[in-house]
Amino acid sequence: MLSKKRKAYITAMKTAMYISVGLTAALVIFLVLFVFFKGIPHISRELLFTKPSYTSGRIGILPDVLNTLYIVLATLILVIPLGVGAAIYLTEYAQNKKIVGMIEYAAETLSGIPSIIYGLVGMLFFCQFLGFKTSLLAGSMTLVIMNLPTIMRTTQESLKTVPQSYRDGAFGLGAGKWRVIRTVVLPGCVDGVITGCILSVGRILGESAALLFTAGFAHALNGIVEGLASPGATLTVALYVYAKEQGEFGVAFAIAAILMILTLLINLSAVLVSKHFAKKRKL
Amino acid sequence: MSDIMTAKDLNLWYDKTHALKNVNITIPEKSITAFIGPSGCGKSTFLKTLNRMNDLIPIVKITGEVCYNGQNIYDSSVDVNELRREIGMVFQKPNPFPMSIYDNIAYGPRTHGIKSKVKLDEIVEQSLRDAAIWDEVKDRLKKNALGMSGGQQQRLCIARALAVKPKILLMDEPTSALDPISTSRIEELAIELKKSYTIVIVTHNMQQAVRISDNTAFFLLGELIEYGETEKLFSQPTDKRTEDYITGRFG
Amino acid sequence: MKKNKIVERAVHGVFLILGLLTLGCVLLITVYLIISGIPAIKEIGLFDFLFGTRWASTAEEPSYGILPFILTSIYGTAGAIVIGVPIGFFSAVYLSKFAAPKIKGFMENAVSLLAGIPSVVYGLVGMLVLVPGIRTLFDIPDGASLAAAIIVLAIMILPSIIKVSMTALEAVPKEYEDASLALGATPVETCFRVSVPAAKSGIAAAVVLGVGRAIGEAMAVMMVSGNVPNMPSLFQSVRFLTTAVASEMSYSSGLQQQALFSIALVLFLFIMLINAVLNFFLKKENC
Repeated sequence: MLSKKRKAYITAMKTAMYISVGLTAALVIFLVLFVFFKGIPHISRELLFTKPSYTSGRIGILPDVLNTLYIVLATLILVIPLGVGAAIYLTEYAQNKKIVGMIEYAAETLSGIPSIIYGLVGMLFFCQFLGFKTSLLAGSMTLVIMNLPTIMRTTQESLKTVPQSYRDGAFGLGAGKWRVIRTVVLPGCVDGVITGCILSVGRILGESAALLFTAGFAHALNGIVEGLASPGATLTVALYVYAKEQGEFGVAFAIAAILMILTLLINLSAVLVSKHFAKKRKL
Repeated sequence: MSDIMTAKDLNLWYDKTHALKNVNITIPEKSITAFIGPSGCGKSTFLKTLNRMNDLIPIVKITGEVCYNGQNIYDSSVDVNELRREIGMVFQKPNPFPMSIYDNIAYGPRTHGIKSKVKLDEIVEQSLRDAAIWDEVKDRLKKNALGMSGGQQQRLCIARALAVKPKILLMDEPTSALDPISTSRIEELAIELKKSYTIVIVTHNMQQAVRISDNTAFFLLGELIEYGETEKLFSQPTDKRTEDYITGRFG
Repeated sequence: MKKNKIVERAVHGVFLILGLLTLGCVLLITVYLIISGIPAIKEIGLFDFLFGTRWASTAEEPSYGILPFILTSIYGTAGAIVIGVPIGFFSAVYLSKFAAPKIKGFMENAVSLLAGIPSVVYGLVGMLVLVPGIRTLFDIPDGASLAAAIIVLAIMILPSIIKVSMTALEAVPKEYEDASLALGATPVETCFRVSVPAAKSGIAAAVVLGVGRAIGEAMAVMMVSGNVPNMPSLFQSVRFLTTAVASEMSYSSGLQQQALFSIALVLFLFIMLINAVLNFFLKKENC
């Protein structure tokens, strides 16, 4: 038999656990339902497919949707080669443990820096020093630095799972290092790159503080080339502006609901992708 | 038979560990030479010095010479990739690439600049025939090589090594991961291949050394203890340690 | 064959540059913050800047004391930790050691969702739920306050705390737990007296990570904290280090703008300190 004291301890711990998990679950469910309940009624064809017009007082978020798309594309195109290259350097070339340690520490530091600081440095460096002005391109450059550690880490993880025997086999046939990397190593890290891209897309969608001063908050409807060269708000920035500066809570919640759906989709695809690759690994 | 490879005063360190001590050996052409010895005796390490696979490990330091056709392969003018083309390797665990059977065999020739489809087809078929696996795989050349059995995979790896037309084939315990039937097929293959190639094989299976090799070298604690004709080494070893090992007193 | 060697060299060089890129970025950020952050501190004076209690950047006689921001950031983070850590910790313990697979799967997805929701969405919900709630509940003129910010931050750090603690708890060797169970301890006792102590570095890392997230968050707190440079008080509008930078940057110039860079530098130093502590715990965890 358990003593009274032990019983009390067990009950207390169990209660604390149930309350905590219950709270967390309730919180998530509340957030999702609240945002959908407040936001979905405001999502309309007009909202999705027009641009805002001051003369008619109409609000449309098409420019913000496109800006988000442009920024995601531009960032990924720039960050993938950089991140994958860095990962390849670390796993295939670097032999000095100190340098590897320093690079990894730098990557960790980068992922710990708050986005407001990225925004500030992005503004100083890309917008002012390099002369990109406030533009989507300056915004994506800033996001490239923010997402570099993510792509680097996921690629590194998957490179570590490429068996050394593949490399030995290729070297044993007289292949040079670059050929071994291209033909045997790179195909093995596709899963890491895809996982990294999904994580990065999530992060880019959710980012606002780093974009406020680098990409600005214009709502002009542009093509991709023109768009990247001019300032523009992404969905999150638009949400902030509509809620905080203009008091348009209906539009803000509509954007919030859209962002929530996108977040759900991204998480779902992350789960599916990792399951898919786990299955492949087993073969 | 003329000698194709010679090692002179070869020493190797892993960081601070002295793993090979003053190894001197000559390997005759178109024969099978077996390296035997207990685990950790340096036989595999020595095999890898013969085509510079140890270069891939940053902490390894090597002194002495390994001459291939009279040329020291550790000379700075030697192109390592070209060297490895001439001195091919088959690894302990079958290691086909995660590609089709065809692409596995074609990998080497493509690496060395052969692009013609006709030429590649020819090399693939010839290599697979030489490795005695053509009949088993000719209908599924486009299938992923990882779907084959372990024994088939190892013969595929031998075919892959043959596809770059090497002069020497280094085999690092090629049958240790295989079942007895696959093992005997690889042994038959090795005897067949010796007509046109020089084979150096590391094995911890002494019967295997007796069955297939012409010469045997016995390694112990990084030293080459005894080297000679296989029959003689196993019937009248000159060194006490060799005798102890082949009679099963240790290892 | 010569050509091959040149290609190999070039490729090696390219990868080396890419590898050093992260180092370069950290360096770039550090250098920019220091260069742009020092002048204002020099002009205002380090002591007056860090310990001045009045921030009035647009007044006729401007005053640049950031103590209110520093204290608000510290109090806000501490408050978020006090609320968020226990909830996160107990949730993590339950999910990693006791939850049925279905509940665990559901909650893992829920926590990932919580981590993925953009901070402006938290800010928006906070603006419309928390702020009016606090106003009516405590009968104060404006609900946009430190209290609202603390609650939002506590929610936002939950996912990091839960995920990192779960990873640490799941890495505890089962042999430890079996040994404890075999001695007659109940599963709950085993968990809290054996598994939790064994995972303590990882859990500490989770807390430090939460501190970093909380102190660096800008947009969500900007939307719920009222954004007035008061000395911190639970039911008053306040301004954090992050929001101080964000709220004035777009229209600032001259010494005012330079002072904002100095604030960013102070924030950056806080983060570097937290990173160092985090790294300490992670290293310990790996040993």
